[in-house]
Amino acid sequence: MNRYLASHVENLPPSGIRKFFDLVATMKDVISLGVGEPDFVTPWIVRESGIFSLEQGQTMYTSNAGLFELREELAHHLATTLGLSYNPLDEILITSGASEAVDLVMRAVLAPGDVVLVPNPSYVSYGPCATLAGANVHYIPTHAKEDFRLRVEDLAQAYTPKAKLLVLSYPNNPTGAIMSREDLLPIADFVAKHDLLVLADDIYSDLTYGGTHVSFASLPGMHDRTLFVSGFSKSYAMTGWRIGYVAGHKDLVAGLTKIHQYTMLCAPIMGQFAALEALRSASEERDEMVNAYDRRRRLMVHGFRQMGLDCFEPLGAFYVFPEITKTKMTSEEFAEELLKEEKVAVVPGNAFGPSGEGHIRCSYAYSTEQLQEALKRIARFVQPRIS
Amino acid sequence: MLTEEDRKLLKLIEEDCRLTPEALSIQTGLTPEYITQRISDWEKEKVIVEYRPLINWERTGDVSVSALIEVRVLPQRGYGFDKVAKRLQKYPEIKSLFLMSGGYDLALLIEGKTMQEVALFVAEKLAPLEHIQSTATHFVLRCYKQDGIELMGEEETLQRLVVSP
Repeated sequence: MNRYLASHVENLPPSGIRKFFDLVATMKDVISLGVGEPDFVTPWIVRESGIFSLEQGQTMYTSNAGLFELREELAHHLATTLGLSYNPLDEILITSGASEAVDLVMRAVLAPGDVVLVPNPSYVSYGPCATLAGANVHYIPTHAKEDFRLRVEDLAQAYTPKAKLLVLSYPNNPTGAIMSREDLLPIADFVAKHDLLVLADDIYSDLTYGGTHVSFASLPGMHDRTLFVSGFSKSYAMTGWRIGYVAGHKDLVAGLTKIHQYTMLCAPIMGQFAALEALRSASEERDEMVNAYDRRRRLMVHGFRQMGLDCFEPLGAFYVFPEITKTKMTSEEFAEELLKEEKVAVVPGNAFGPSGEGHIRCSYAYSTEQLQEALKRIARFVQPRIS
Repeated sequence: MLTEEDRKLLKLIEEDCRLTPEALSIQTGLTPEYITQRISDWEKEKVIVEYRPLINWERTGDVSVSALIEVRVLPQRGYGFDKVAKRLQKYPEIKSLFLMSGGYDLALLIEGKTMQEVALFVAEKLAPLEHIQSTATHFVLRCYKQDGIELMGEEETLQRLVVSP
């Protein structure tokens, strides 16, 4: 029946992660470090608020933009934590997860033939969303020796006059890299000079270690050039609730809202009430989760370095991205062999684009005991291959 | 005042006191020498009071009986409730002892092998003590949560995908 599929959909390659997921699914007793979501359950106070909203009979549509109370609370939250100023009336749109927000931005902004600039390695959906919007994707390589930060020279090299949108996703999945204010300023100059728009996917902004996140939208002149995307999945362990948001200039948000109103209508109301409670009352739980990730992060970096692999120290998100070239294996070979031999699932780095080759992504959203056992098994696998 | 780093270290020890200074060092970024010294200080200052596991005896089948006892005390001039409380805390049967506001003065948590044993302790040891005006005994039927740990019910098992982006 493939002939019914539109050619641009049929030609879309399946996610590299999906391929690996199918392989892991056939095996038993696997310790998986392949999961991109928190291992915590949503804090009880937040869950309780979702339950309460159901008890109150809150089962209707909300406005397209989302509950005003939630947008108002978000505006306050973004102002106090990241120094961003958005009008809750017309500059914030609540979406079904940050993923919908990414898709909306691509579809609202891009026309066929436009070019999107995407640093690489990066989260798997930017390229396909841009392709589905008819745009072309130019990947910008980032490197371990530069701590996987985006350098303006590499951006300039990938740039073409057809470029319209730059994706910035820091803290980064899969590398855990962050960008400081000093790193971002030359990028901002470039963006202004070439009249680009930026999709800032700040979904991991609460998960930084040893420093506060700097949002691209907070840089001078970048507020109106940035569509700020984030959500509740990572910060408050709310992946299944599907609540994200996008904030930006009202003209752009109005464009996004047009697509959202025809395709999604609104984000689930129960999740919106839960998200409101998360902002109001769950900051302590959020900080405790961040502290736990920080401890595990150190454990993982130490573990990989101990076994003789180069492991860049991630300062955000919940992934480590060690280099495995010393084993003389490709990322896929490493991940497949490791899975077969030691029953540990990691994601091959090339699933996140060509610059991820030579690395594996290991999530540390697992208990310390599981991480220690996984590290033990990986060390047993690596040792004979690098000595 | 605790520094933020010390607070995190103490919380980590509170969560799992089996971690060695080396293991704590890996997870906190502090040196093992610093951690050893800090633990030693906290032990001396009685900030760290004891290291003991939380055992759910009900699961062993070796069941004991516990009771919450409300005690009204006649306060003593110059001592208030302290003299009585300090005497009471010597009894090994009394596991916890609190001075309370409200309708009574001291709350005691008592453990014994049988209901009769607890009742006898109250009748023969506690009630006849000087300055104790009255007692009210409430037996614990079941412990659901202790020291922040849920003891009963099902674990919340995560049904995560094995690999996700």
